[in-house]
Parts: sequence; C-alpha cells; structure tokens
Amino acid sequence: MHSVADFKPGDVATIIGFSGGMELQSRLVEMGFVPGVHIRIVKFAPWKGLLELKIRNYHVSIRMNEAKNIMAKRYER
Amino acid sequence: MKQKILWQKDMNAKALDQNYVALIGNPNCGKTAIFNQLTGLNQKVSNYPGITVEKKIGKLKSDFDKEINVLDLPGTYSITPESIDERVVAEQVMDWIHGINRPSVIISVVDATNLSRNLYLTTQLLDLDIPVILALNMMDRINDKSVLPDLSNLKDKFGLSAVVPMSALQGRGIDELKNAIQTAIISPKPKKSKMLFSSHLEVHELLNPLVEFLQKQFDYKPRLARVQALRLITRQSVVDLYRPPHTAEHNFDAEIVNEIEKFREDAVRAIEKAGLNHRTLEATIRYTWLDNLLQQSENKEINSLKKKSRSENLDKILTHRIFGPILFITLLVFIFQSIFAWSTYPMEWIDAGVRIFGNYILDIMSTGILRDLIVEGVVGGVGAILIFLPQILILVFFMTLLEDSGYMSRVAFMLDKLMTKVGLHGRSVLPLISGYACAIPGVMAARTIDGWKERLITIMVLPLMSCSARLPVYAIMIGAFIPARKVFGLFNLQGLTFIFMYFLGTFTALVIAKILSKFIKEKGRSSFVMELPPYRIPLMRSVFRQVYTRGKLFLFNAGKIIMAVSIVLWFLASFPKLTTDSTNISNLGQIETVNPIHNSYAGKIGHAIEPIIAPLGFDWKIGVGLITSFAAREVIISTLATLYNIEDDGENMLSLTESLKNDINPKTGQPVFSVLVALSLMVFFVYAMQCMATLAIVKHETNSWKWPAIMFVYMSVLAYVASFIVYQGGTLIGKF
Repeated sequence: MHSVADFKPGDVATIIGFSGGMELQSRLVEMGFVPGVHIRIVKFAPWKGLLELKIRNYHVSIRMNEAKNIMAKRYER
Repeated sequence: MKQKILWQKDMNAKALDQNYVALIGNPNCGKTAIFNQLTGLNQKVSNYPGITVEKKIGKLKSDFDKEINVLDLPGTYSITPESIDERVVAEQVMDWIHGINRPSVIISVVDATNLSRNLYLTTQLLDLDIPVILALNMMDRINDKSVLPDLSNLKDKFGLSAVVPMSALQGRGIDELKNAIQTAIISPKPKKSKMLFSSHLEVHELLNPLVEFLQKQFDYKPRLARVQALRLITRQSVVDLYRPPHTAEHNFDAEIVNEIEKFREDAVRAIEKAGLNHRTLEATIRYTWLDNLLQQSENKEINSLKKKSRSENLDKILTHRIFGPILFITLLVFIFQSIFAWSTYPMEWIDAGVRIFGNYILDIMSTGILRDLIVEGVVGGVGAILIFLPQILILVFFMTLLEDSGYMSRVAFMLDKLMTKVGLHGRSVLPLISGYACAIPGVMAARTIDGWKERLITIMVLPLMSCSARLPVYAIMIGAFIPARKVFGLFNLQGLTFIFMYFLGTFTALVIAKILSKFIKEKGRSSFVMELPPYRIPLMRSVFRQVYTRGKLFLFNAGKIIMAVSIVLWFLASFPKLTTDSTNISNLGQIETVNPIHNSYAGKIGHAIEPIIAPLGFDWKIGVGLITSFAAREVIISTLATLYNIEDDGENMLSLTESLKNDINPKTGQPVFSVLVALSLMVFFVYAMQCMATLAIVKHETNSWKWPAIMFVYMSVLAYVASFIVYQGGTLIGKF
C-alpha cells in the first residue's frame, strides 16, 4: 500500500483511508477525502514542504508529513 | 431540566424582533459578494478600526413591506469547528440549535464548480429545522451545464425551500434570490427532507445512549439529536461548545457537559470496537449519501481531475520552485517602490493645500489665542498627517489586490517550509503581510493558523512588521534627509532606504520568531490544509471600497486622536507664557533669544527625558513626540509640526520638512537633525511598541496580559538598543 506522499506530480490515485490516529483526518474527510475518491498530484511546493493536489474539482495543499498518513493506491483504468 | 427553561425563555424574548436570513458557505464561494449585492452599500462596517469583521449584518435591499436583515458569517467547511475562525460559525449554529436568535431562512451559498464538497455543509444545515435556500453561485464559470445535477431533483431530495442558480459577480440571480427569500419567509414551513443516513443502521444502535441523553436533556428533535451525537464523537471541540464560559449566548452547567463527555466516550469506544473510525464517521456517511445522489461517473471524475485549469497553468510560473519565490520578492520591492514613487505629486499638492489654508486663516483671523490654536495646533497637526494619505491608500490598494486575486494563498504555499523553520506557519504569511498595513487585522487574521504555538508566535512578532502608521515617520525622515540619488542607475536611494526599513522589521520578526519558538513550550500539533482557490481578477469596485474604508478610518479615527493630541499638545507647548522678559544675556554677552516653548509644560517634560534619549541622538522635541506617539505612532509627525509652528510663533506656515532641516540645537549650534539622527529615529520606530490598540487586541486574542506585557518589554528594549547602536556606532565611524 502507498501513501499520497509516494506519488509524483501528474499521478492519479484512489484514496483508501488514513493510517494512525492522525488528528487531521476529521478535517480532510470533511473536505471530501473519503475512500474511493480520486486525486491527482499537481506539484510540490518550493523546498518540498508541501504538496498540491486536485480532488473533487478543487486544489488543496497539504504538508508532506500529513500526506504520508493518507493511504492511496495508483489509479488504473 | 433547568437549562431547557433558560433557553426557551430566551427564544420567546428574541423571537419577536427576529426577521433575518443567514448566509453560510465554504471559504471562497462568493458569499460576501452575494451579501453586498443583497444589501447594497448598506452593510454595517465594524466600529473597530481596520478589522475585517467576523459577522456582518446588513439590511436587505428590496421592496418587501417587511424589514429583513442579512447576516454574513465567515466561510467554513463544516459546522464542526477545527480552527478558531470556524468557531464563530459553530457557536452561532449552537445558539440556533438551542432556540436563540434563529434566522427565518438560511441561505446556503455553494460554488457550482465544486458541488460535492460545498453541499457537504448544506447537508449539515438541513438538520437544523430551518428553511434552507440553496444559492448556486459561480454559474458563469460552468461552461458545460451537463455537469450539474437535475436541480429540481436536488431540491426535493434535500428538502430545500428553493434552488437559485446565480452569479454574484455578474449580478445575475440576485432578484430571484430575493424573491426566494420572501417566499420562504411567508411560508416558513420547511419541507421534510430524507433522513441522511438511514442506510447506516449499525451506527444508530451504537449512538443510541448519547442520542437519548441529548433528546432528554436538551429536548432535541430525533434527527437533530442523532446528527449532534455524530458531531460530538467526531471532535472534542464540539463538546467544548457546550462548555462555559462562553461568548455565545447558550450556556450549560459543567455537570451536564461532564455527562455529555461520559456518553461521548462510551459511544467512541463502541464505535471503535465495531471497527469504525469515529473521527471520520459523520463525513463518510454524508459523502456516501451525497455522492450517491450526485451520481458522477468515474470517467467524468477522472476527466475533470486531469483537466488543467487556467489557474493551474498560471501556477506553473507563479508557484514554480525557483521563479515563484523570486517573483514574490520582486513584487514586494515593486510595491514599496511604488508607494514612494506614485505618491510624490499628490503629497506635494496636499502639502501646498494645507499651507495655503493655514496662511489663509492667518490672514482672515485676528491675532490671538484662538488663531494660534487653529493654525499651530489643528491645521499644523492634522495637515502634517493628511499628507500621508496617498501612501497609505497605495499600500492598502496593493495589499487588497494580492489578497483578492488569490495570490496570498500561493505565497503561504510557497513559504510554509521556510516559515516552519523559524517556528511559524505558512498561514503566518498573510497576517504578517497584512501587518504592513496595520497590526490589528493581522493579529485577528492569525486566527486562521490552527496550531496555538505558531499562532502565538505570529501574533508576538507581528507588530515588528512596519505598519502604515510608521510610514509617515519613514517618509518624512527620508524625504528630508536622504538624498534623492539614483543608485545602480535604477533604484532611488530614498526608495531603497524605505524598503530597508521594511526589510529590517520583517527580518527581525523572523529572528525573534525563531528565538520565541525555542522558549514557548506550548504543546500543540500543527497542520497545513489549505485550499488554493482559482485566481480571479479582483473586482475593482470591491478593491476601491476597501481602499476607501481604510482611508476613511485613517482620516476619521486616527484624525480624531491626532486632533485631540494636537490640541492638548498645543496647550502644553504654549503655556505657561513667559511673563518676564524673554531675552537674557549669555556668558559671552550676546543677546540670545530664549524661545518661550522651552519653559512650557511640554518643554519641561521634553527636557526631563532628554538625558535618557540623548544617547540615541534625540533632542527634547523628539522626546515629546515619542511620548505622544504612544497614542498612535503617526502622532509624532503632528507633534513635531505643532511644536515647530509654535516655536516659529505662527508667523507663517513652513512645511515640516523645512522646519526639520532648519532646526538648530542652541547648545551645540549644530542642526538637531542629521542623516544619522534620522536613521536612528526610523530604526527606533521600526522596533518600538507604540500602539495601545495593538496591545489591547493581543490581550483579547491571547486572553492574558502576559503576552502583551512581554511584547511591550522586548520591543522597547530592542528599539532602544538598536537606536543606540545606530547613533553611537554611526558617530564613531564618522570620527575616523
């Protein structure tokens, strides 16, 4: 299993869930990060602190260490 | 049951004069644009200077016979609070749940380009048993109408009062929305919508004890009790909403809250035991229902994911890992250069105007105390400040552009890594940058930072960002004493000095942040989840409205203080009048004029503190200015203006710049001001904490006197030491 942080810009992935007791998951899931939804990795911020991704037709940025706690698998048609 | 009676009484008392609609929506859904369209220009702006209000109330502009108010709430993703700014909405909704101040209608504003996430909040609002109108905004950005669901189906499934497709930006759909509001108020019975999660039956059972408790204790209706139970197990912060002490109007006994807590813990344990995640349960259930209803095919979802928007293409450069930061710095330099360059002519006109006006009054009024007061105190003091209006307006103009275009969130995105290195947060950037205009809205904007430690550090270093009240001080010192030379054939030395002062404050803020992060031992997680909204061309109307509001605040609020201080100061500096001869003979036998101002109260105060500030290169007049500037920084300018005018005995109005250049220290025979003194004074103003209003807001936001006290002490020490180094160091270098 991969985490969102393992993907590269341009990759499309399917959200599986969260690992650990990450506090942030309540917020992310309210913003639409539910299992089965798809995301596209857009880019890394300068110095690689953040990750920008597209989900549900909007763009959102999260920190890399948070992305590590979001489990996802590569999307294959 | 005591509690129940308490809020029911409240409800009856308030229900009579209630007739208002509430606007709720995600951040960036165009809610405020709708608010402005609904209310015209009638919105009530905060009576606190410079603050973006949390809640705005305006009158609905319409031809109904009833008066209807509109309440605008801050943007939020959910009514479960995650950060402090979201608490405002959560608390408001808690009031409604308990029958306090319930609106007649809720307008749920959603961004049509991003339906599923926006409708999440709508589903939460539907549980409140208040009619909901769906305002489907940003329809102008939908090119392909087939991506939208069947609207009448949406209306029925949700149990909405109306669905209004609109574009606040283009002014379309506003009349339809007003009609929908009227219809909903006349027939206020909400249609019943489907219970959202009839599917997750296994969850119902696990929640039952908590649900029953809520129904019994607070008289919640079954549906509300169930969703409130779901929310309670999602976050601890929901329990805290029940806990006193409270700014909101509802309030419950600690005992009852403890019981909620107990039932919550049992429910959480049961849910975890069943293999479910209590933190994500509510959202998962709602999204399952929503996604099922909207029924977007996977193909469509992937296609829209892969599509690159205009904003994304722009970001290829704007947030590029090399060009992005460079562009940002260039932009800041450009802005500060412009503040100086663009304001030259308007400032000269204002300056000339004030002088003509002062001389005109000198002509028409007969000599006397009143004329002196008006010319020296009022015209001199207020006029000296008026001249900086153009620069402040230009600064506010650029700040508003950066914010409204969507660029500021990109800056937070780019700089988060650097900011975390010094103990701050990517979201500290916006408060810090808005600190260039005024620290107070900056301190308020720090609420959007969700980690307490980062938020506290941001607040603590924010007043080091040079605010617009320092701008007049820099401007007059630079204008008078820094030569207008070109350096590197491109930059103006005056402009560079100006930028340097801003840089000095900003750089120091980062250093102090790093130091504070070592000392503040607050535990707390920090996270960064931020939407990057599409870029949009700022609505010039709203930019200019912001510029106008700020300008008005500056003129009237600051003006009031300045006028009052100027008048008081004029008295202090003019009395007591010398009764004995105002000349005496010095040791050398020359006749020396002793200006009466030295014997005035202000003169005495200034002379008393002169020994303390002399090592910084400041004379007694600057000393008086430093004291009066505690009312507001820019007051030092009007103070100096008033003092010089009195000293000149109001013969004619000189500009402050000329007076500063002409001032001779009677003891040394040297000019009072030099490049060095000007630099020392500017550095003092970069660091000194001379703003009561900021200290007050910091006390309010940190809920203790400890932090404003620390802030005052560290900044004062910093100011004194830095000025000392500049002046003494400069003098020393000059000797060799």
